[in-house]
Amino acid sequence: MLRPALLAAALAAACPAHADDADLAALRAEVQKMKTDYETRIQTLEARLARAEASAATHAAPPAAPVQDTASAAPSNPGAFNPEISLILQGGYAHLKDLPARRITGFLPDGAAPGTSRGFSVDDSELVLASNIDPYFRGYFNATLNDGTVGVEEAWFQTLALGQGLTVKGGRFRSGIGYQNEQHPHAWDFATNNLMYEALFGEGYGNDGLQLRWVAPTDLFTELGAEIGRGANFPGTDRNTNGIGNYALYGHIGGDVGDSHSWRGGVSYLSTRAAERSSTLTDFAGTDVTTAFTGNSKTWLADFVWKWAPRGNTTINNFKFAAEAFRREESGSLDCTGGMCGASLGTYQATQYGGYAQGVYQFMPRWRAGYRYDLLDPGSQDFGLNNANLPRSDYKPTRHSLMVDYSPSEFSRWRLQYTKDKAAEGQDENQWYVQYIFSLGTHGAHSF
Amino acid sequence: MKAFRLFAFLVAAWPVFAHAALNVFACEPEWGALATELGGDAVKVYTATTAFQDPHHIEARPSLIAQMRRADLAVCTGAELEIGWLPVLLRQAGNAAIQPGQPGYFEAARQVALLEKPAVLDRAQGDIHAAGNPHIQTDPRNIARVAQALGARLAEIDPAHAAAYKTRLADFNTRWNTAMARWQAQAAPLKGMPIAVQHEGFPYLENWLGLKQVAVLEPKPGVAPSLGHLAEIVAQLKTTPAKLVIRAAYQDPRPSEWLAEHAGIPAVAMPFTVGGSDRARDLFGLFDDSVAQLLKVAR
Repeated sequence: MLRPALLAAALAAACPAHADDADLAALRAEVQKMKTDYETRIQTLEARLARAEASAATHAAPPAAPVQDTASAAPSNPGAFNPEISLILQGGYAHLKDLPARRITGFLPDGAAPGTSRGFSVDDSELVLASNIDPYFRGYFNATLNDGTVGVEEAWFQTLALGQGLTVKGGRFRSGIGYQNEQHPHAWDFATNNLMYEALFGEGYGNDGLQLRWVAPTDLFTELGAEIGRGANFPGTDRNTNGIGNYALYGHIGGDVGDSHSWRGGVSYLSTRAAERSSTLTDFAGTDVTTAFTGNSKTWLADFVWKWAPRGNTTINNFKFAAEAFRREESGSLDCTGGMCGASLGTYQATQYGGYAQGVYQFMPRWRAGYRYDLLDPGSQDFGLNNANLPRSDYKPTRHSLMVDYSPSEFSRWRLQYTKDKAAEGQDENQWYVQYIFSLGTHGAHSF
Repeated sequence: MKAFRLFAFLVAAWPVFAHAALNVFACEPEWGALATELGGDAVKVYTATTAFQDPHHIEARPSLIAQMRRADLAVCTGAELEIGWLPVLLRQAGNAAIQPGQPGYFEAARQVALLEKPAVLDRAQGDIHAAGNPHIQTDPRNIARVAQALGARLAEIDPAHAAAYKTRLADFNTRWNTAMARWQAQAAPLKGMPIAVQHEGFPYLENWLGLKQVAVLEPKPGVAPSLGHLAEIVAQLKTTPAKLVIRAAYQDPRPSEWLAEHAGIPAVAMPFTVGGSDRARDLFGLFDDSVAQLLKVAR
């Protein structure tokens, strides 16, 4: 307001005294115009300011974006892109009978080395490297290390960005059949494998191949999986051929019942072929003979898991029940050499059954106790011509296992286990195990 | 082959199952509640955990995989809080939209400055988080910050409802700022109040209200205290007394109750998140109850 007045005064002062009236009037008019111009502009500005203040009062201003704060969230670290690394240390002490061989009566063994050593020993150490490769793939590598041996347990890629519930996995991987199959020994609830998996696969079924998984867009968890592969592992063999060596199909459903209960169940099917699959059996005379099986092996598996935790809080008490069962059909030819067989070619036809059921209860934080019952049924076994040389048994192998484990943290576990092993006819054995499992490095996430 | 036929049927029938509303998978109840505040009818929120479950230790249950499969947006705390289970869900769900790095993956902890960033990373220190303490939801100012980012994210992935999200966010901001002013006024007497905590879960609450934490019951984060350790804390509290000992609703009540009995101070279960108490039915109730619980002792 003041400024136009001052300006007018200054202009008036600067005006020469002898200016004529006409000039003076023109000048006055100009000054007056300037004055009104300024006043309208200032009024407009005042009005805008008032409007802005009013809208700020009604619209509470949102808190300032934490610009500096977010910057601190991602520290720059040259090692940040290294894969996740973890190492599993396992070992312990086993008190076992001195037996020349541990066989499962009535089942063709997988020919793998027998289980745990007597006394103190370290089990295979597992080295795991895993990482997202790019936005499209994840890679995973798991090697087992022991004296003079390195085994590639798993080495696979998995898609991340297919969408529609689809995931493709390729390379060497544990098959998605059954429940326990995908778990490595350190994730087992007992120090030893169950009898069913021992009879079916030795440890678990792994394969070189491709897996397609699909999760349905439903509230009820529904997953379907299909696998094709080389089929080199027991109960199949490496047959040096092109094409598809084996296939597997599986489906799982699962869900929650209230806050406290959750479950998953499924059915799986594995079809593979064996050529000259060698195993050692005992003939009627008690002599070890070598057999070679060539033919088809078809396995059906059913699995069910149920977990309970009060209000879903697993930290204090929780309970887990798991059971699986199988039916395996093998048919083909069986060569038998040595002992009473001499060198005789027979047929082989077997339909066999078995399963296990286990319960593990966390009775207080860090402490769990569990019991597992294993039962196999040799079903019908027909050696053809060799029925004269090889005994067939109705004996049903069983095993009872009791364990207690203590986990000082998520990364360490100590376990004591007692097993009454009746896997071989006439060979009752009391077994004791003390086991440790330590996990170093990246915090691994475990499946259900 | 039957499996293949079922597979084909389900693939063909897939559009039937599709939903119009935006499916939000919230890892924790506070983010589920926030998504509901900001999304209203435009979103369908599934909350993966409850206030009575320890978010560090959740089973990667089949039901969670099924929900993650259909999610358009996953809202989680991050900062390694869910490291034991969320990665399994993300990998097994076969959902490309919610993979880390995609707009459909939202980490709340990235929106705020984290406290207690460990100087040394060593598992001998217990269950520590490299990025800092992830329990950010106990400070309403953090909720406000996360709300800004989440509101923007909802609008980004669901542009059809962008205007509605914007309006709801502005409305939430107004109500939240009013409520914060109220809580701060109510909580004035709490400033400087000495407290003991069972788990290092409350640094943000302490920071907000000016509480003074004088003792932690867990010797190391995630490690349950032994009786010997608790006895030491009772002795320690004789020289530096605390007004009360607090724990989250999901935690084992025994350590803080033992301490309460032996140190002669009240033990209080804080709701910690939405659903943790009868009053904590939504985010507003959560802080109404948290402040009220503390005030009850301060008087």
